[in-house]
Amino acid sequence: MTLEATQTARARTTGFALLALIALAACGNSDDASQQSAATGGEDDRELVIGMTQYPSTMNPNVDAMVAKSYVRAMLMRGLTRFNHDWELECGLCVELPTLENGLAKLIETPDGRPGIAATYEIQPGATWGDGTPVTTKDIQLAYDVGRDTTTGAINTDMYRRIYQLEVHDDKRFTTYTDRVTFDYNVLGDFYPLPDHIERELFESDPYEYRHRTNYNADVTNPGLWFGPYLVAEAQQGSYLKMKRNPHWWGKEPYFDTITTRAIQNTSAMEANLLSGTIDMIAGEIGLQLDQALAFESRHGDKFNIIYNPGLQYEHIDTNLDNPILRDKRVRKALMYGMDREQMSKQIFAGKQPVAHTNVSPLDKTTSDNITTYSFDQERAIALLEEAGWTDIRDGVRHNAAGEPLRIEIMTTAGNKTRELLQQVIQGKWKQIGIDLRIRNEAPRVFFGQTLRERKFTGLALYAWVASPELVPRSTLHSTEIPTTDNNYAGQNYPGVNIPELDAAIEAIEKGLALKERLPHWETVQQIYSEELAILPLFWRPNPYVYPRWLRGARPTGHLDSSTNWIEDWTRE
Amino acid sequence: MRRFLLSRLLQSLVVLFIMSFVIYALIGLMPGDPIDLMISANPNMTAADAAALRAIYGLDLPIYERYWNWLTAALQGDLGYSRLFGQPVLDVLLPALGNTVILMGTAFTLAVMVAIPIGTLAASRPRSAVDYGINLFAFAGISIPSFWLALMLIIIFSVFLGWLPAGGIAGANAGFLEYISYMVLPVLTIATLSIGSYTRYTRSSMLETLRHDYIRTARAKGASRRRVVWKHALRNALIPVVTILALDFGFLFSGALVTETIFSWPGMGKLIFDAVMGNDFNLALVALLFATALVLTANLLADICYAWLDPRIVIGGGKV
Repeated sequence: MTLEATQTARARTTGFALLALIALAACGNSDDASQQSAATGGEDDRELVIGMTQYPSTMNPNVDAMVAKSYVRAMLMRGLTRFNHDWELECGLCVELPTLENGLAKLIETPDGRPGIAATYEIQPGATWGDGTPVTTKDIQLAYDVGRDTTTGAINTDMYRRIYQLEVHDDKRFTTYTDRVTFDYNVLGDFYPLPDHIERELFESDPYEYRHRTNYNADVTNPGLWFGPYLVAEAQQGSYLKMKRNPHWWGKEPYFDTITTRAIQNTSAMEANLLSGTIDMIAGEIGLQLDQALAFESRHGDKFNIIYNPGLQYEHIDTNLDNPILRDKRVRKALMYGMDREQMSKQIFAGKQPVAHTNVSPLDKTTSDNITTYSFDQERAIALLEEAGWTDIRDGVRHNAAGEPLRIEIMTTAGNKTRELLQQVIQGKWKQIGIDLRIRNEAPRVFFGQTLRERKFTGLALYAWVASPELVPRSTLHSTEIPTTDNNYAGQNYPGVNIPELDAAIEAIEKGLALKERLPHWETVQQIYSEELAILPLFWRPNPYVYPRWLRGARPTGHLDSSTNWIEDWTRE
Repeated sequence: MRRFLLSRLLQSLVVLFIMSFVIYALIGLMPGDPIDLMISANPNMTAADAAALRAIYGLDLPIYERYWNWLTAALQGDLGYSRLFGQPVLDVLLPALGNTVILMGTAFTLAVMVAIPIGTLAASRPRSAVDYGINLFAFAGISIPSFWLALMLIIIFSVFLGWLPAGGIAGANAGFLEYISYMVLPVLTIATLSIGSYTRYTRSSMLETLRHDYIRTARAKGASRRRVVWKHALRNALIPVVTILALDFGFLFSGALVTETIFSWPGMGKLIFDAVMGNDFNLALVALLFATALVLTANLLADICYAWLDPRIVIGGGKV
């Protein structure tokens, strides 16, 4: 060894020793410190700082959709309707929900002779933009005009397309005319007024450029853009958004003077920020993953309230029905019997992630118990595989009469530790019944953007759906929604489900106005779903909310109408 | 010299043009598009909605057509809008660049100010306790992963001592000291990593220089050790170091992705990453071209500095 090399090696050894000492000192003391920080977090009595992993893009409610945006927007403005904590539809900006029963909604005939529905809404009388201008039907009209204009790039174009006419009665009342009869005729949660006195001119001067020139991008601190409990006070793109009270808010006075949302993408840094008191809480809707929250709870659970709220994120495995092995229902059933989901829930998720039986959440009012369920039963799984012709076991793998191995490929999003762990557990269990499961994962962009979208997965695909209460599974289960080259890969029926009875039940749900009319069809959907098993249900993923112990009134919803829709109920103990 | 500069400028323009296409094509070839992200956040979005949005955003056009549209607009001064932030690209880029210049510039200055003197000191006392101590520090700086160092600094100074904010950037109405307090930890992280390597470069170069005959001559003429090291040797020892510093200087403007992400510092590194991952073509392209242009400029500056430090070096057919 040369002198230089000896020196280098000595220096390296000493360096690592020093580093280890620093790390030990930091880790050893961090517990006391975090206790101190957690206690002093939110020291300013009326200030709340929320950590989240994304920064919202444009804040214009008609442009772009993002969970981060929904979370922040709920503090700044309210949609006409919303789903409450019991997953019931209620008014947000409107006064009374129009229904056929109360006469505010009526069955009509559209100009082209089809059945439709007219629903009349009234805007909250005190609703006022932050600059003191009342929220009126002019603002509703502008939102409608922007949404209907096909060049603006507005999201929810389907909603605006269905409303073929908007009739304004006075400053506060208007009627929507919908071109079809569906049960969700009065759901206008994505309908937000746009301030006519600020945005109309921008829109009319160039509808195509409106999405770029809107003041929601260029002048986000303009109080006239908001009518919620808070207004934007300061914004630093990609970093933080500070909100202050809206002096013109018509509803219950919020407790906090200012609320700041800070975007911290790295979850380890997010935890450190929380422990240091730089942020007070982590948004459950867009914060830690379940495994991270469980690890955090084990270290610091005594200093925070950690709530695991069951939500509408549904982890499942799609089977590609074009695969000759998976086309056989007996094999799909064997896969289900061969998985010990209860054990996985207990061991991996500390029992916080309940087992799913269908695509309908047990918390949804349309859930049915009259379905086929599958508990871990290896003998039954083996019997089904034998019945399907997979009888010859060589090197631990089953083969059929043609000598083909029972080999299936499973894919998921690379880097998602929880899913990768699930894959390995499933692989081990299926190996015990003679199934050779091969794991091939891809970066999320490739997996979602190409492999799933173009149905390029050859066997199984493990991922999650995000739903809303009573979301009709047309896009995921109806046969017209199978992505193909002919329809330019539109639709999200990735397994290729094509069951006429299921299509009919989905269509019947959409048309059933009363819940009791829809329930039998929902039951049919769930029965077919659980019996056919084109999609293997796994778990209902909860959102972990990390709240400071002093925070009161914050209640997770479990659906996409985030907890901040009730920000005025949040207080400090 | 003029000819040299002109030729380098032309070369740079060609490189930028080629890079613009390569970057555009590479981003375009990545699977998925912004509409996929919208679908994942909005389960009510129909296939027809998605198709309409793709058409409006021009995502249904072939990649070459999209590039051509961008290029013709860019040549007329219209760099387009950022899809992620809904603002003109430069309105998003310039504040991020400003944040990066402040962060990286401070870290770079600190690193140079520390590394050159201690590297020189280590070389002037080889195999002494001082040398070992400096080497230890330098190797520690080189070996520590930035994310680990950043987290440790947060744990010590924010969580444990509570002296400094754990991340983010000061608000618009913040005072000077508050602004500085947000910079301390990310600057320390970046500077520590750079100090390690710059110290090693300086030490090696200085050791090499101190072996030259003219140094021995200076010593024989009775010059003090300090004079020999700082007056005679340092300028020559700095030649390779300056080249490295100049090259690094260009990369400073690309930001430090890991450090910026952990400290939630809204700089260029994080912006470029977000733009690429969010399929924000305009923003990613312009930001990367900006970074490329600055690297090219830094290379040019390195050449000029090199010639300035060593009069024997001649560029562009004449003496600088």
